Amino acid sequence: MSISVAMTVNGKAVSGKVEARTLLVQFLREHLGMTGTHVGCDTSQCGACVIHVDGKSVKSCTMLAVQAEGAKVTTIEGLAASPDKLHPMQEAFRENHALQCGFCTPGMVMSAIDMVKRHNYQLDEATVRRELEGNLCRCTGYHNIVKAILAAAPAMKSAGV
Amino acid sequence: MYDFAYHRPKSVADAVGLLKGKPEARAMSGGMTLIPTLKQRLARPSDVVDLGGVKELAGIKVEGNNVVVGGMTRHADVATSAEVKAAIPALAHLAGHIGDPQVRNRGTIGGSVANNDPAADYPGAVVGLNATVTTNTRKIAADDFFKGLFETALADGELITSISFPKAEKAAYMKFPNPASRYAMVGVFVAKTAGGVRVAVTGAGPCVFRVKAMEDALAKNFSSAAIKDIKIPADGLNSDIHGSAEYRAHLVGVMARRAVDAANK
Ligand SMILES: Cc1cc2nc3c(=O)[nH]c(=O)nc-3n(C[C@H](O)[C@H](O)[C@H](O)COP(=O)(O)OP(=O)(O)OC[C@H]3O[C@@H](n4cnc5c(N)ncnc54)[C@H](O)[C@@H]3O)c2cc1C
Ligand code: FES
Ligand code: FES
Repeated sequence: MSISVAMTVNGKAVSGKVEARTLLVQFLREHLGMTGTHVGCDTSQCGACVIHVDGKSVKSCTMLAVQAEGAKVTTIEGLAASPDKLHPMQEAFRENHALQCGFCTPGMVMSAIDMVKRHNYQLDEATVRRELEGNLCRCTGYHNIVKAILAAAPAMKSAGV
Repeated sequence: MYDFAYHRPKSVADAVGLLKGKPEARAMSGGMTLIPTLKQRLARPSDVVDLGGVKELAGIKVEGNNVVVGGMTRHADVATSAEVKAAIPALAHLAGHIGDPQVRNRGTIGGSVANNDPAADYPGAVVGLNATVTTNTRKIAADDFFKGLFETALADGELITSISFPKAEKAAYMKFPNPASRYAMVGVFVAKTAGGVRVAVTGAGPCVFRVKAMEDALAKNFSSAAIKDIKIPADGLNSDIHGSAEYRAHLVGVMARRAVDAANK
């Protein structure tokens, strides 16, 4: 069944023809060529595919593209203000060596931004660790990811993002 | 995933109409269980009826002594609802410990209760609080709703529209989460209500169940000491790579005592 979908991705109106079964992450990666959002599992557990839909973090591997009809989508590609100005969360990941292979990083960054905002820019270590339950990393051991998120929270607040 | 016909009705009546006469059609709420199932080709529905656009199904209302949660209400909304936190804090706590933040942003109470996964959290609250499940055709008491492994009283094409939870005098939910999935290895919901004490156990068996011996003991003395010698038989409990039936039986006692202590705080 071929269906037209239209949504806003990183501020741009996009549309396309998909099958009912096309996942949102497939639409982003294969139809729009935006491969920043990763797929790390088949079981909705790893969080590599996390994006924001209407301001909420979701696993784009567990949503159909047609479910995002009319939605405002933000992906990792939509965060940096310009190629040489990273989002404070991306900057904090770089500064704190919060990535090794980088596979989990797009999902980590998207979950992290959502958690900082939901907690009104105030986080402690235990909260960050609990909030990361939906994101798996096979490399870092999480320590530096937690450090990066704790560092980014005040940076996001002062940058007003 | 096999392809299917996709529908996005705007009302319960339209959704029911779309499911009618199509034995292979499936409703979808959050999709957090259905989509993984479809991805693994464990199901092949002819039609998927997405309830995401049905406004009348989402939302939380307090009606007298009851908290009424619409079927499409997401776990995150129950967890953060000021009304739920004030009326039945144990229910908000339970919702806030389902899966992870992204699962909570999509998954819904109707989908969870309809699915009746043996390790799901909500069945514990539905039975523990003696809630009533309302569908498009009738009201079903909690004790009559959950029938067995992934089995409920719902007929084909019948939709959960809301679940009504009576306020409790005291209530708490304690779960021992599976460290990988966060599903309940064992979860115990304890409530002291106008109608008596209820102890509902999820995760341990094929389906949520009550522990009468604990309910009787707690009715006389609502303290964890009152149930410390009650042993749960391991017969018929779940046994898998995560834990044996004996281990789960032991956990029921531990989680029940913790829940009573939490309810008394
Ligand atoms: C990584 C992960 C971790 C999880 N951890 C937990 C956990 O710790 N505890 C827990 O309890 N759950 C957990 N879940 C499951 C999650 O809570 C699901 O959201 C829930 O079980 C199903 O809700 P849904 O809205 O996503 O339903 P869907 O996937 O949309 O539907 C599930 C089933 O219910 C039917 N259905 C949906 N809505 C209705 C309705 N209104 N009336 C009748 N039938 C309906 C569908 O046809 C389908 O058969 C987890 C899921 C994932 C992916
Ligand atoms: S790809 Fe693993 S959760 Fe989406
Ligand atoms: S950096 Fe390699 S998986 Fe996280």
